[in-house]
Amino acid sequence: MIALLLRDLRLSVRSGGGFGLGLAFFLLVTILVPLGVGPESALHARIAAGILWIGALLACLLSLDRIFALDHEDGSLDLLVTAPMPLEGIVAVKALAHWLVTGLPLTLAAPLLGVLLNLPVHGYPWLFVSLLVGTPALSVIGTFGAALIVGLKRGGLLLSLLVLPLYVPTLIYGAEAAQRGADGLPALVPLALLAAISAGSAALLPFASAQALRINLR
Amino acid sequence: MELRVSDLSCARGGLIVLQGVSLTLRAGQARVLRGPNGSGKTTLLRTLAGLQPPVAGRIDAGADAITYASHLDGLKATLTVRENLQFWARVHDRPVGDALLRMNLDGLADRPAQALSAGQKRRLGLARLLVTGRPIWLLDEPTVSLDAASVALFAAVVRQHLADGGAALIATHIDLGLDAEVLEMAPIAARDILPQGGFDEAFL
Repeated sequence: MIALLLRDLRLSVRSGGGFGLGLAFFLLVTILVPLGVGPESALHARIAAGILWIGALLACLLSLDRIFALDHEDGSLDLLVTAPMPLEGIVAVKALAHWLVTGLPLTLAAPLLGVLLNLPVHGYPWLFVSLLVGTPALSVIGTFGAALIVGLKRGGLLLSLLVLPLYVPTLIYGAEAAQRGADGLPALVPLALLAAISAGSAALLPFASAQALRINLR
Repeated sequence: MELRVSDLSCARGGLIVLQGVSLTLRAGQARVLRGPNGSGKTTLLRTLAGLQPPVAGRIDAGADAITYASHLDGLKATLTVRENLQFWARVHDRPVGDALLRMNLDGLADRPAQALSAGQKRRLGLARLLVTGRPIWLLDEPTVSLDAASVALFAAVVRQHLADGGAALIATHIDLGLDAEVLEMAPIAARDILPQGGFDEAFL
């Protein structure tokens, strides 16, 4: 298990591994939005939390199809399935590796990018916490989507279509928690619901992902 | 350690391709699968490896006894030869040992796998078998892209594995010089090819 996690992390920082890709994309989206909506700092402050959440979500989506597709192409997925590890564990480790490479850097970078969007001062801790709690759900749900499309050629677009609707609850509660925090309102309820989504999907979806993999590898 | 298969049927793409496969493989034995392309050799090996469920029949082997080498090597291009092998060794919780030396890869240990030739990649893929420590090897065309010297090297590795109480089921067109019985695919090919499991299964 730990060997698999370390391998995935090592692969992500080697050439072509995609580490930093999501982060760069997140940065670009955040820079493009003020250029698109115009130089109104009051407007920026109002939409900052939502834009940052959508940016993080899209950046997460960008690297999902690599989770299983590369291992399937070079045959190592078949070999992992026959290795002495439960497939559910393999899937969970893959999701964790994806979060460490994508979700965690996005969470750490978001407060810095909040400055670009004129996020109100008391919004920073809520933005950070909501991303910290919510991005694991993005990785776990995305891993499920990636398991569904294993074996399909050019499944990336299909993956987006499958996964984006599943991301809706996470986005709603995540952005709501960050927004209410920025507005100085109590934000614990959406945050608790967000945590419930993360915990529930982390507990249940690895089983569904493993089953999807078993069917796709036949 | 024994692989016992009784009355196995295997399907591919929703169609039964093999019927009534029965074989017993004891410690020290090797069996060669022989048949034309498309006769179901890979399907049989994948079914035995547990990658797809059998349609009917039983497969009895000890827990974690089987390892499978497909025609893909499962190598990561950006990891070095040693890192690739170390990964599989740690997954199977075993030492790497002398696997690199035995597959004549010790001079290439620090080279990234993407800089290897096709034959060298193949040798690295086969070295993985040694670090799994599993007794039953299922090999799908193991000698593809190997030169004559490497084929001889690999044959010696398989012979040593058999002498150590292992077993091997090999789909190959090359004579590895093993004292192995041949399992012809033609008699076990499905005679009446019917879709199984109803309408949906054909689309899976």
